[in-house]
Amino acid sequence: MPEATKPTETPLVVAESLVKRYGELAAVDGISFSIAPGEVVGFLGPNGAGKTTTIRMLSCNSPRTGGRLEVFGLDVALHPREIKGQLGVVPQDNNYDPDLSVIENLLLYARYFGIPARTARQRATELLEFVHLTDKAGEQVDELSGGMKRRLILARGLINTPRLLVLDEPTTGLDPQARRLIWERLRELRQRGVTIIITTHYMDEAEQICDRLLIMDNGKVIATGSPQSLISEHAGDEARNRPRGRRGRRSRNRAGRMPFPEARGQVRDIRIRLPGRARAHPQAGAADVVQRAAGNA
Amino acid sequence: MRKLFPALSLRLWQVWYRNFLVFRRNFLVNFLLPMGEPILYLVAMGYGLGVFIKQIDGVPYARFIGPGLVSVAMMYAAFFECTYSSFVRMIFQRTFDAIIATPVNVDEVVAGEIFWGATRAALNSTMVYVVVLLFGLGPVWLLPFVPVFGFVCGVLFASMGMIATAVVPSIDFFNYPIFLFITPMFLFSGTFFPLTTLPKAVQTVSYAILPLTHIVRINRAFILGHPDATLLGSLAWLLVVGTVAFFLAIALMKRRLIK
Ligand SMILES: Nc1ncnc2c1ncn2[C@@H]1O[C@H](COP(=O)(O)OP(=O)(O)OP(=O)(O)O)[C@@H](O)[C@H]1O
Ligand SMILES: [Mg+2]
Repeated sequence: MPEATKPTETPLVVAESLVKRYGELAAVDGISFSIAPGEVVGFLGPNGAGKTTTIRMLSCNSPRTGGRLEVFGLDVALHPREIKGQLGVVPQDNNYDPDLSVIENLLLYARYFGIPARTARQRATELLEFVHLTDKAGEQVDELSGGMKRRLILARGLINTPRLLVLDEPTTGLDPQARRLIWERLRELRQRGVTIIITTHYMDEAEQICDRLLIMDNGKVIATGSPQSLISEHAGDEARNRPRGRRGRRSRNRAGRMPFPEARGQVRDIRIRLPGRARAHPQAGAADVVQRAAGNA
Repeated sequence: MRKLFPALSLRLWQVWYRNFLVFRRNFLVNFLLPMGEPILYLVAMGYGLGVFIKQIDGVPYARFIGPGLVSVAMMYAAFFECTYSSFVRMIFQRTFDAIIATPVNVDEVVAGEIFWGATRAALNSTMVYVVVLLFGLGPVWLLPFVPVFGFVCGVLFASMGMIATAVVPSIDFFNYPIFLFITPMFLFSGTFFPLTTLPKAVQTVSYAILPLTHIVRINRAFILGHPDATLLGSLAWLLVVGTVAFFLAIALMKRRLIK
């Protein structure tokens, strides 16, 4: 029997030729993908690739210019409330409430979801435990370290027990230990069957937690596949030894920042430390993969 | 296509509650400070300047400016809350972005902010009226009505503040509406001297475009004990302009926040 008859689960997210334009600029330029329940999908790409724009459309906070976008089988333009009620969002910026304590941040957020006070308190306590912030419950958020703030935002994104968790660069700017702690929590959530969408600049992050990657550049998806397959396909010896060519666009929204500042410094590492087989150094690969994928696309 | 009418639900009170929660932390400062300024004004102007003025419109000067101070409190509390404070929440703290990632929508965020601004107007004007009462310059029975009227007027000024918040490029630009609109109102709405001393044309403009003029008129009539039916015209003016400003504020904030 052909594979087509195998009953496929209804996808949680379906995007078809999705477009977002800001004036002349197509921030997202006709991308299509679908995400199945339980999947952990990563969007990998340089600054300005369109990752955040995609996430914002998906979380019903930015109207699309064209194409189709459904979450939980509902059109994001028509059912934002229903969708957002079952969605957890960890935005790129830590937009916690600096006027409130750690636990108050969670309790207040629960109110926005209409969660009854008792349930909210119980969930907030559990979540603080989950992100290892129990002993910080009463502190002002401004006093927390960067990693702790990020974990608080993660906990906040889970307050409504979402079916789908969306994280925009959850570990950018954190030290290795803080990153590992977040990855470990995300893996735990994946075990529990939470569907996760994550954006990242880092190949190692993608490799650590994603089942599948969509590589974006210039508003387009230029490659998809499992992290391993993408690395072996696009980041072979040849890529490592060739002089650097086109690097994708420079950031348009953060003047002066190079695309993939993190990965750039690491590319040399691959050459030195991993000759031969097409296995990327943990911290590297992102630039390589995108570059190669762009070349092949 | 954008909807013409805002999509409001009771969730907007969660936004109100957020501000209340923060306000409550510095309750004493927030609550008692509004009393300080009117005391200074009453002493300095009502009794200091009042020595020379003796009577305006048949009442002692302190009695005359009491209703003006109550009215000004309604304006300042709401307008400042929904300009500087809302702007800080919107831009620097990204509070609105965090809220609209939940089932609460932009319309409700804006409405919640406006109703919070109106609540501040209700609280502050009530505290000022308490001062007026302590000086024996008004009837006690009016006290429960002050916050109600303060809230209504507060919605108007909070909405106007929100309109400014929706269009200013940066926080310094609030100086424009303050210089062009709020300060002239503070001076030319019959707060510290009767409008009748001004040229007829100025009076007409004042009634046509300055909400505070109508508010002072209503407050003074009730506090000094001579309300009449023409006040309904002023009330209608306030309700119409307040409603228009409210919807305009939501529409403009939506334009700013949804990209
Ligand atoms: N509100 C906006 N108005 C105009 N242009 C915008 C707006 N938001 C994003 N853009 C542009 O859209 C493009 C995609 O931006 P986006 O934030 O989605 O990139 P990203 O992949 O998330 O990048 P980063 O890795 O830096 O977060 C950029 O060129 C950006 O300048
Ligand atoms: Mg981004």
